[in-house]
Amino acid sequence: MEIKSYISNKIPVSPSIDKVGVEERIARFQSRSIKNEAKKQGLNMVLSMIDLTTLEGKDTEGKVKQMCYKAKHLHDHFDGIPQVAAVCVYPSMVAIAKNELRNSSVKVASVATGFPSGQTSLALKLKDTKFAVEQGADEIDMVISRGKFLTGEFAYVFDEIAAVKETCGKARLKVILETGELVTLDNVRKASDIAIYAGADFIKTSTGKIQPAATMQVTYTMLMAIRDYYDETGIMVGMKPAGGISTAKLALHNLVMVKEILGTKWLSNEWFRFGASSLANDVLMQLVKIETGVYQSNDYFSID
Amino acid sequence: MSRLEVLKTYKIFIGGQFPRTESGRYYKPLDSKGKALANICLSSRKDVRNAVVAARKAFGPWSERAAFNRGQILYRIAEMLEGRQAQFVDELMRQGSSKVAATNEVNLSIDRIVYYAGWCDKYNQVLSSVNPVSSSHFNFSSLEPMGVVGVVAEQSTSLIGLVSLILPAICGGNSTVVLASEKLPLCAVTFAEVIHSSDVPAGVINILTGSPEEMAATLASHMDVNALITSNLETKLSNKLALLSVDNLKRKFDYEENWVEKDKQALHYISDLQEIKTTWHPIENVGGASSSY
Repeated sequence: MEIKSYISNKIPVSPSIDKVGVEERIARFQSRSIKNEAKKQGLNMVLSMIDLTTLEGKDTEGKVKQMCYKAKHLHDHFDGIPQVAAVCVYPSMVAIAKNELRNSSVKVASVATGFPSGQTSLALKLKDTKFAVEQGADEIDMVISRGKFLTGEFAYVFDEIAAVKETCGKARLKVILETGELVTLDNVRKASDIAIYAGADFIKTSTGKIQPAATMQVTYTMLMAIRDYYDETGIMVGMKPAGGISTAKLALHNLVMVKEILGTKWLSNEWFRFGASSLANDVLMQLVKIETGVYQSNDYFSID
Repeated sequence: MSRLEVLKTYKIFIGGQFPRTESGRYYKPLDSKGKALANICLSSRKDVRNAVVAARKAFGPWSERAAFNRGQILYRIAEMLEGRQAQFVDELMRQGSSKVAATNEVNLSIDRIVYYAGWCDKYNQVLSSVNPVSSSHFNFSSLEPMGVVGVVAEQSTSLIGLVSLILPAICGGNSTVVLASEKLPLCAVTFAEVIHSSDVPAGVINILTGSPEEMAATLASHMDVNALITSNLETKLSNKLALLSVDNLKRKFDYEENWVEKDKQALHYISDLQEIKTTWHPIENVGGASSSY
C-alpha cells in the first residue's frame, strides 16, 4: 500500500534539551511539601487519571473482566473513591471490556499498530487500528516506528501517525514514543513534536515493555513540547506517562510537574493519564492511611 | 603533631543500606560519666514505614530459601561477629559494662547465634505432626513463618537482648524491623554492619535507632506487620502496643527474661513466630483400611 503523503514538511525544528537543567528542575518538583488535605485531593485525582492496564500474552477474558470490575470498584469499603479513567487492553479484548463497562463512564483504550514493537507493515497497522475501533475502542494507543525514527526518516514516522489518526475516526489517538528506545532527550523532544504536529490527541512515553519507561526527565521534555505547541496554536494535547510509576509519591510528583508546566487546565483525565497496573493499590493504601492514620498492607486490597 | 581522631557515624540500617534518618534528627546518648557517646539517628515513623516496605520485600525470598541455607547464613553471622569481638567489647565498655561482663555478653551472643543457626533446618521436623483423624484423610500440620516481625529490643542491654529477639525470628524465615535500645544503641548499629557483611539478604533485618516510645506505636498499628515482640517493656507501653496490635490481629509477645542467662534460648522463641498450617489430604480407603499412618 502506498503511503499517502501528508504535510510532513510541517515538522518543526525542535529545540535542543539541556539535560542538566532538566534534572535540576525535576529535583525541585520532588521537594514540594504537600500537606494532607492537598495530598488527599491529589491522590483522588491520580486515581481518576489511571488507565488500568493489562497487556500480556497471557491475558484472558477472565482477567480482562476482573480488571474491568476493579476499574469500577477500586475499593468499595471506602467512600468517595472515584473510578479510573479507562482500561487499556489488546484489540482482541476490546469487545469484552466494552461490554463489561457498558453502563459506566470508564473508557476502553486499545493498543494497536503492531504493539509493542510496531515492526509490521503500514497496511497491517491500519487494519489493526480499524479492528480495534470497530470493536468499540474509545481510544487508540499506537506505537511509532522507532527504527525509522532513529535512521532519520522523520517524514515516514509523521505520515504513519497521520494515517493512523485518520483511521481512528472519533477515537482519540495516543502516540507512544517508547522513549526507552529513543536514547536521548533531544530525540524525545523531536519525536514529541512529530507526533503532535501529525495529529496526536495524546503523547505517551512508553509501552511498559522497555526500561527505562516514564522517567520524570522524559515526561518533563514531553510536557514542554505540549506547552510550546499550545503557546503557538492554542490547541491542547494530552500527556500519558506509562510504565514505572508504581507509587503514590511518584504520581504526585508528576501532578506537581503538570500543574507547574501546563497549568490547571491539564489536571483532568481528559488531558492527563497514568498508564499503570500497580499504582492504583498504592494510592488506595495512602488514602486509607490518611483517613485512619495507620499504614496499610497489600493483604487487604484486591490483587488485580 | 597529634592525630585528629576520626569518629564513627552511626547510621540506621534499612533494606541492606545505611541511610541517615529521613527526619534528619539525631540525639546524643550519654555514658555513665555523662559524656556523649556518639551522634545517633533519631528515626521517625517514616523510617519505620520504609523499613517495613524493605522487610516485606525481603520476606518472600527469605522464607522460601532452603532451611539448610538459612542455617548457613545464620552461622555466617556468628563467624563475622567472632571476628569483630574486640569492637563489640569496646563498645559495651564505653556504654558502661565491665570488661568481664562485656566479654561474656559478646561470647554469649555468638553462641546464641550458632544455637539458632542449628535450629533452622530442624524446628519444622520437631514441631510438625501427623494427626490422627477419623475420616479418610492424611492429616498433617507444619509451620510457616508469620511474615514481617516488629522487634522492640530490650532497653537495658545493647547486644544480647537484640540478638536474642532477632535470631529466632529470622531462623524461622521471618523478616524483621528492629527498634534498638534508645540509651545503649552502639552495638545495634555495629551489629547491622555485621549483618551487612554476612550473607543475610537485604531487608531481612532492618535496624532503627531512636525512641521506641515514638516509633513502637507505628510498628504496632502497621497493617503490614504480622507480629510484634518486645522484651521487659514497661507495662504502660506494652499495654498500649497490645491495643494497637488488634486491628490486623498481630501476635504480640513481651518476654520478661534476663537474656544474659545461658539458657535463655529455646525452641518456643522460634515457634511463637510461626503459624501452623494443617492440611487434610484425601486418601483412598481400600477395603476398610484405617486412615492411621
